[in-house]
Amino acid sequence: MDKLWLIIQREYKTRVFNKKFFLITILTPLLIAALSTVLAFIISYQSDDKMKIAIVDESNIFQKTIKDTKKMYFTFYSKSAKDARQTYLKDGFDALVIVPPFSDPNSTSHSIQYVSKKQININIENTIERTFSKRIEDYKIKSLGLDENLIKNLEVDISINPEISVTDGNNIASTNYSNLRTAVASGIGGIMGFLMYLILFINGSNVMRSVMEEKTNRIVEVMISSVKPMQLMLGKIIAVTAVGITQIIIWIAIFLLATTVFQLFVDIPQPTDLEELKKAGSSIDPDDIRVMMSQLMHELTQIEWWYLLPMFILYFLGGLIIYSSLFAAVGSAVGDDIQEGQSLVLPITIPIILAFYIMTVAVRDPDSPLALWSSIFPLFSPIVMPARLAFSPPIWQVLLSVFLLILGVWFFVWLSGRIYRVGILMYGKKASFKELGKWIFYKE
Amino acid sequence: MNILSVQNVVKQYANHTAVDHISFDIPSGTIFGLLGPNGAGKTSLIRIITCITKADVGQILFNGTPLNINTPSEIGYMPEERGLYKKMKVGEHLIYLARLKGLSVTEAKAKVGNWLEKFDITSWWNKKIEELSKGMSQKIQFIATVVHEPKLVILDEPFSGLDPINSLLIQDEIIKMQQNGTSIIFSTHRMEQVEEMCHNIVLINKGKNILSGEVNKIRQDFKQNAFRVDFAKEIPESILQENGVIKKNNNSIQITQNDLVTMNRWLAEKIQNGNPITGFKEILPTIGEIFIKQVEENNIITE
Repeated sequence: MDKLWLIIQREYKTRVFNKKFFLITILTPLLIAALSTVLAFIISYQSDDKMKIAIVDESNIFQKTIKDTKKMYFTFYSKSAKDARQTYLKDGFDALVIVPPFSDPNSTSHSIQYVSKKQININIENTIERTFSKRIEDYKIKSLGLDENLIKNLEVDISINPEISVTDGNNIASTNYSNLRTAVASGIGGIMGFLMYLILFINGSNVMRSVMEEKTNRIVEVMISSVKPMQLMLGKIIAVTAVGITQIIIWIAIFLLATTVFQLFVDIPQPTDLEELKKAGSSIDPDDIRVMMSQLMHELTQIEWWYLLPMFILYFLGGLIIYSSLFAAVGSAVGDDIQEGQSLVLPITIPIILAFYIMTVAVRDPDSPLALWSSIFPLFSPIVMPARLAFSPPIWQVLLSVFLLILGVWFFVWLSGRIYRVGILMYGKKASFKELGKWIFYKE
Repeated sequence: MNILSVQNVVKQYANHTAVDHISFDIPSGTIFGLLGPNGAGKTSLIRIITCITKADVGQILFNGTPLNINTPSEIGYMPEERGLYKKMKVGEHLIYLARLKGLSVTEAKAKVGNWLEKFDITSWWNKKIEELSKGMSQKIQFIATVVHEPKLVILDEPFSGLDPINSLLIQDEIIKMQQNGTSIIFSTHRMEQVEEMCHNIVLINKGKNILSGEVNKIRQDFKQNAFRVDFAKEIPESILQENGVIKKNNNSIQITQNDLVTMNRWLAEKIQNGNPITGFKEILPTIGEIFIKQVEENNIITE
């Protein structure tokens, strides 16, 4: 046990106290954050140019009043359409809008002329359409003599309230949850699955490389004259698992720090404040980012973290141990020939990638048979089950999955250990799967 | 008392027998030569002794008791193909390996410090292994092998890649350790060193023990009663014409006789005939010659 502890310490230190670890752990989330900010900026990009727009109102329904928007200033132009076309540029306008005479209030389609030097863009088009259609609507209501309140009453806004209802004998157990809850659950599931995928790949291939290194620079023979091969492999796997946990902790810390900083700068109303505002009758714009953040925060506090977090850590440990032991076994068989290694690594990477894709499906449809059985199979469950957990799957599924995960850990560590102990001392022999199979049954 | 007693050990791999019923004893406190051509089964045998693998058949007694989980900490093994963790520092690395052999932190620190002082390389403590030359890292490997003061040290080609000065340095340390009671197994192809340092040897070929015993006795056993005679002046033609005489240079010959008594009679006769002699020496075969001869004969028999 002492020796195992020594190995764990060394393997942990060499991995954590180096530049690469710093780069991967600290810079990856920063890079992702920076990238998503840039992406968000690009998507929401609007030109800063302010536009002065002249309006020739031949219909005379706007009564010389149109509200300016942030980037568009409207001015009524008392010239004929024909003259205006020639002079609007000279008079310092960027564009000209001509509203033709408005003959039939029963007509539902109207066209407006837009004149400019430049191509009209979608933002300008949307703003003008919105502004003018609202005014035309108001005008129609008035000129047709309709009751404004009656028309308001026609508005229909349907929202679906999902409810899970399970009949147990005569009792009916129902749970209500909001749409946002589903979205939040999907989000958490997706993030957890993705983190698992990332960490499995980073640390799994790290184990493989370190085993290959030990074999090629021949330290391994010195090592196993002091410790058992199984101790060396276990030490590595446990250390890498600890490294993974360190990474997760750092990432959570960065996340918490980021949200705290965010809250400092952006004033997010408390959910209770929102309720009061609603009661007081003031309008809440559901598109307001701050309101959305507030609701999101509320949903996040509703999630059963006391259950999710330990489960996530359990799957994290299981997955990392299973896959790093498999990577160690392959590393021991490969030695320095990376080319040859590719064909042996493939069977390990395929289940990880498959699990990742199944996870993306599971987030959308957590109760599908594919998601269900994948979250129970131990090679997939470390990635798929965390994605399902936020949707509270039936307890028997979770228990079965955990049971098989533990069985899987035991089995794959045993299997890899059998291959590893032979592989690290085997030089110059081409390792095929048939060969690996034979190694498993070699005597000591 | 034997530090090691190998008894009828067999080790089979998938399609060949690496170690085939090998037996020999190593007396405590001696330097023992484990010889054999490449692929003879030396490394397989060493791996069994160091508990890296297990024998299929037979047993090995270490200090009188069968190999067990405590044995590895009593053994220091320097493999032929050896390496160190490149990213670690010299001091840190030596302490790590010493602690894996069961030393406490303070013990390990003190002993590593002593060895670095002995080799006059204390300044290397904070050097990274990857900055060391091959010879330098070999010294570190040697220290790693012996730092926990094992009862048995196994050295596989310890001098390969070392310059003559460092070679001598290590050789001196080996002899010093032997004088302090440590037993040493020495696996090498450098026969002159075997002759110089080893008390006993075993010669292995194709997994089989083909020769074992004391170095001096083996040389005696394989002697062909050849002698070297140095004359004071030029050798008469009549002597050079005799059976079994080979001229070495103007004043010396090599001569083969049936035994020592006949040889002495021959000498007396020559001296009486007025041929003064300045030197007389029995020529024993070198271990190298015996090695080549035995392996070749063994190969012919097995083929």
